[in-house]
Amino acid sequence: MTNDQIKNAVLQIISVIAPDEDLTHLKSDVALREQLELDSMDFLDIVMELRKRYNVEVPEAEYGQLASLDSCVAYLAPKLKDR
Amino acid sequence: MNNHRRIVITGIGLTSPNGNTLAEFRANLLKGISGVVWFETRYMGKVLAGVCNYDALKYQLKKEVRRGTRAGSIAIYCSQEAMGDSKLDFMSLDKSRIGVYLGVTEHGNVETENEIYNLSQFNYDTKFWSHHHNPRTVANSPAGEVTLNMGITGPHYTIGAACAAGNAGLIQGVQMLLLGEVDMALAGGISESIHTFGIFASFASQNALATHSDPTKACRPFDRDRNGIVCSEGGCVFVLERLDHAEARGARVYGEIVGSHMNSDASDFVLPNPQRQIECMQAALKKAGIGPQDIGIVSTHATATNLGDIQECQALRAVFADCPRTYFNNTKSFIGHAMGAAGALELAGNLPAFEDGFVHPTINVDHLDTQCVLPNLVLNSPVKVPSIHYILNNSSGMLGINSVVVVKQV
Repeated sequence: MTNDQIKNAVLQIISVIAPDEDLTHLKSDVALREQLELDSMDFLDIVMELRKRYNVEVPEAEYGQLASLDSCVAYLAPKLKDR
Repeated sequence: MNNHRRIVITGIGLTSPNGNTLAEFRANLLKGISGVVWFETRYMGKVLAGVCNYDALKYQLKKEVRRGTRAGSIAIYCSQEAMGDSKLDFMSLDKSRIGVYLGVTEHGNVETENEIYNLSQFNYDTKFWSHHHNPRTVANSPAGEVTLNMGITGPHYTIGAACAAGNAGLIQGVQMLLLGEVDMALAGGISESIHTFGIFASFASQNALATHSDPTKACRPFDRDRNGIVCSEGGCVFVLERLDHAEARGARVYGEIVGSHMNSDASDFVLPNPQRQIECMQAALKKAGIGPQDIGIVSTHATATNLGDIQECQALRAVFADCPRTYFNNTKSFIGHAMGAAGALELAGNLPAFEDGFVHPTINVDHLDTQCVLPNLVLNSPVKVPSIHYILNNSSGMLGINSVVVVKQV
């Protein structure tokens, strides 16, 4: 997957988890939780969806890597490079 | 009696398969309009069911709907509607003095079944089991979702009482008001049961699931050709408050809960026990301080099972042996069996009779079963009567649980 594809994949997951939010003006370099109403259960939903859709495991110690869209792409790119 | 010790209904919110407001529900009960339809369910294909079409997003964000349960969503819709109907100034109320007491037949089957189905798509690897499962399946879930949605900080819990649960929720609300634990109660019953295939499959295996080519004719209590239960979802929540408070604010009062009783058959897992039903009705009448001849409408529980209807009629004939001004009807014939919501919905649909003087019928009786004959059983068309001062609402359930609520016109 390209970086753009990964970013879109994460956005697609967020759109399901936070269906009331307008994602069009989301800033890639700002923490998701600063821009969206996301709590810890929502965050676990992101982790679960990555597991279900892409068979990607995110260990608890690395949850911080998913803070922003940019950090999500940076963290997921090596894991999804062959998808 | 001291009006501080008299508990009245001042708001009603509901969703039923044939109406999402009391006015719509009542109109359809008087017009004979059924809400039973074909419904696709997992593993079983099309089944007959009562399905609600309320607007969940009227009071919930999409995220709340996604995270919560169908039971919680129904409970929120009904509670918000009831509060609005009561005309209480909700923002000014002390939220710590409001209690939420909701009857449920069961809770958690839908969510567990969904998770197991989800797991089956991942070779039953439990790492795909949702972290939402526990908060969705705790037994207080529907009532808890109401408090989260409305910001109520008083007590909340559900009352598991099989199909007597709607009455049981209402009774719990009354008792908590009488104990002084709360000043306002949102009380009633909720059901999401049609979203689990298991309830249909279990009734089918029990030979107690209704079949009919026409959904609207499937649920036929007291009819010779009845052949079982139509499962339904739904909810009904009442705003309860003390009469002195209601009068002080000029509230519309739907009725006063003057008597209630619950007891246990202690005789069978599924079969009812007419003697215990008799005792339950008589105890409720005694607490209300009235006799059976004072009751204008008996809202029957009958679910359209062969034996259950006959046994309830035996009990009713014994209690109301010499009551020429008492009329009998049934709501399940319109909407199916709304399980935990049944008792509350069935009472709500009858309460307008205090004002309009009509007794809604039981529909789909083409050939009255000779063992279900009751004096003044209102068949297929409503009956106008000179006056109705008391309504008695019967609800019973599995494991032998009986409940009766008596409501007085105010």
